[in-house]
Amino acid sequence: MVGVQRSMLAGAPGDLSPVPARRGCGIRLLYNPRMARAVAVHNLRKTYGAVVAVADVSFHVDEGEIFGIIGPNGSGKTTTVECLQGLRTRSGGEVEVLGLDPGSHGTQLRRMIGSQLQESNLPDRIKVWEALDLFAYGSGAGADWRELAERWGLTGKLNAVFASLSGGLQQRLFVALALVNAPRLVFLDEMTTGLDPSARRLAWELIAAVREHGATVVLVTHFMDEAEALCDRIAVFHRGRVVALDTPGGLVAVHGGESRVIFSAAEGDFSWLGSVPCVDGVSRRGARVEVGGRGAVLAHTAAALGARGIYPADLHVERSTLEDAFLKIVGAHGEQ
Amino acid sequence: MRAAPKLTWIELKLFFREPMALIFSFAFPFFVMFILAGVFGNDIDANDPESLRVWRGVGPTDYYVPAYVGIVMASMGLISLPLRLAGYRERGVLRRFRAAGFPAGAIIVSQVAVALGIAAVGAVAITVSSAVIYGTQFPEMPLATLGAWLLGAGTFAAIGIFLGAMLPTARSAQGGGLILFFMMMFISGGGPPRGALTDSMRTVSDFLPLTHVVLMLQDTWLGEGWNTSASAITAAFCAVTAAAGTLRFRWE
Repeated sequence: MVGVQRSMLAGAPGDLSPVPARRGCGIRLLYNPRMARAVAVHNLRKTYGAVVAVADVSFHVDEGEIFGIIGPNGSGKTTTVECLQGLRTRSGGEVEVLGLDPGSHGTQLRRMIGSQLQESNLPDRIKVWEALDLFAYGSGAGADWRELAERWGLTGKLNAVFASLSGGLQQRLFVALALVNAPRLVFLDEMTTGLDPSARRLAWELIAAVREHGATVVLVTHFMDEAEALCDRIAVFHRGRVVALDTPGGLVAVHGGESRVIFSAAEGDFSWLGSVPCVDGVSRRGARVEVGGRGAVLAHTAAALGARGIYPADLHVERSTLEDAFLKIVGAHGEQ
Repeated sequence: MRAAPKLTWIELKLFFREPMALIFSFAFPFFVMFILAGVFGNDIDANDPESLRVWRGVGPTDYYVPAYVGIVMASMGLISLPLRLAGYRERGVLRRFRAAGFPAGAIIVSQVAVALGIAAVGAVAITVSSAVIYGTQFPEMPLATLGAWLLGAGTFAAIGIFLGAMLPTARSAQGGGLILFFMMMFISGGGPPRGALTDSMRTVSDFLPLTHVVLMLQDTWLGEGWNTSASAITAAFCAVTAAAGTLRFRWE
């Protein structure tokens, strides 16, 4: 395998950013060449015999970023993240994480990073403080875990055994363990799956706090609201490839489709709204009138209605979400 | 490798929090040992050559003490160690240890250390309690017995690592381990004395590591000397299973 060049992390010319230049609104510079890189992935490939888990994946993660990876089941998200941690041997491509090749320096790398993996656990009867103490030593840092336990609200549970903790507390302990070696880079794979809504919200705050403390976060998730709320940039995986990579806003703007302005009107023909600027189409279902459009569709629709003396009390706009964008992206690359 | 001592200490504490492991490592061997002592007593008829041959010239309880020191090793190496290792793998505990930067060596070293510690506690407990309750003898050749114990316990720790690597799930480790354990317990010295086995049973028992570990322990305990062939066979079991267990160690 070809060795990874230093230049991959430096963001040199001939850069491997997979993000194409795009037309239209919402363009943002997606990488800053002067910014240091925590992760650089170039044409990563992982196969198991004839089964292709990761076909061809390239992206990079800047330091200090929360980088999201979303995609349908079996799209290669977890395999990719495991390759980045040296937990799986890649079949091809180049990977550099914190300046190291995970393929050849896996153990060394894993002591520098934090990791919350799917389907990984603790012994049932280990106590919270024992787990923190053990993982502080396991990483070789021997870091003081007491402050960490306090920050994550575990101080009152230090003597509880792992199996007796609620799902939310277990998850909190997992994240605390991932951070116990004060890592510069943290991988969190579906850390909120199986949590109830309030525990999920708490987990979000904690992830945001991780970044506040200066770490880079790679977040694999199934939840679009989570990715939208937390991530600076998101890579959409599908069938082992990155099919879109942008800010959450950029993904919604480009792929999300139109907004819908909605109001109620018992009677009347509103097809004339079709000629209003930014409006693409008008439809009516019973008393509900829907005006589809882009950009400033709400302001134009409201002004046009007002000009005719119509002031609906329930006029509101439904914007497309990351979920809409995701379904469009995946659908476009869809079944064959 | 600072992780290994820390992991060993935690594993030792976890062991003592696991009632099943405690029962199989300590309570069960004690229980059977004391049934046997109660049934056979510790007297021997010096005029009965057959009895002298079967019990190797000592009282039955004296005969069983070194055997049960070996059986504690076997229960640790055949049941508790593989069960823990396979369970850790199945539940993703090893996955988490690995992701946190623990090397495979730290896992193996800690499991072996805990296994040796448990076997040592069991050996001392059986030796001392039998001496107190039944007046059984202490080893005639203490240093040689210690050597035999180290080789035997090391071998069963290696077998435990090997079984833990080969058996994919906690369920299979429990089933496979229990079958191996009871087979060895009954025909390798914990049941009828070797001298009372039929020829075919004895032939089968010759292939079992516990047979040779018990022979080593009894020979030094009863002052008959170091059993070269038994220790060579035990060492071979140790080398093969240690190598295979380390090579086949899987995180998931």
